[in-house]
Amino acid sequence: MHIMEGFLPGPWWYLWFVFSVPVVGYGLWRMKKVVEENPNVKILLALAGAFVFVLSSLKLPSVTGSCSHPTGTGLSVILFGPSVTALLSSIVLLYQALLLAHGGLTTWGANVASMGILGPLVGWLVFIASRKVNLNMNLAVFLTAAVADLATYVVTSIQLAVAFPAATGGVLTSFKAFFVIFAVTQVPLAIVEGLVTVVIFKYLVELRSDLLVHMNVIKPAEEVSTE
Amino acid sequence: MKTPIIFLLILVVLLVPFIINENAEWGGADAQAEVAISEFTGGTYEPWFSPIWEPPSGEIESLLFSLQAALGAIIVGYFIGYHKGKNSVEEVQAR
Repeated sequence: MHIMEGFLPGPWWYLWFVFSVPVVGYGLWRMKKVVEENPNVKILLALAGAFVFVLSSLKLPSVTGSCSHPTGTGLSVILFGPSVTALLSSIVLLYQALLLAHGGLTTWGANVASMGILGPLVGWLVFIASRKVNLNMNLAVFLTAAVADLATYVVTSIQLAVAFPAATGGVLTSFKAFFVIFAVTQVPLAIVEGLVTVVIFKYLVELRSDLLVHMNVIKPAEEVSTE
Repeated sequence: MKTPIIFLLILVVLLVPFIINENAEWGGADAQAEVAISEFTGGTYEPWFSPIWEPPSGEIESLLFSLQAALGAIIVGYFIGYHKGKNSVEEVQAR
């Protein structure tokens, strides 16, 4: 999903910076606040960040015969919401831009927008909706992570489509092409990401349900039941 | 759902591509996007900025990717191990 270095022309690359930088800044403020309220939350922050690190480094094969990687942002958005997720993703994207030539500094704003903000935001809305209708917790976690992953790639497709409209057919035609490349490839990976996130969340409920209750992620009654 | 079953499902989803797409190239989706961009612009688009540093070889690149995964995995493993151990000590002491 990483748009490569130099591959977004103006004004797009800086418009995405204008969009992403304030959210990352707000995420930093939110993170400080959350940790001040309860220093024990630090370990969950480390876990969420580490999870993004692991999952976004794994390039997995897809049914389309190409490879792509999950995002790992589902766990973070469930625990901390989209702004802190934006901050964590922005760090990973910086690491990959500087050390791996994967993504880029000029496209950092756009990549933070898709992987850190808009994808996780859609996932977060799914999580809130799932909780409202009292969906089984594991299913809610699965859907949140899978949708956040998939939405990230849909956003990338839109970002590239508006920057590179096809000569005939315009933005819609290019969107379809990028959608097939990114979003269709991503479907099985989103399923994998959803499943892995369920596993780690089950551990969290088993080991630190007190923190999850404190953070209003789960209700006290759910502390014991993880099935 | 039990954790082993979830791992089995993950394995299945990751193996299916190799069965239905035996001779695929398994290239990166990012590279395909690059091809699409060049099609839409009639090959005229030149990236206006290049990475300031690139891993000098595929081996070094995979080293740095592994490092990224390892750093994350250490923390995830530490979290699970630390709290499992702590919980079981508390259980013993509560007896």
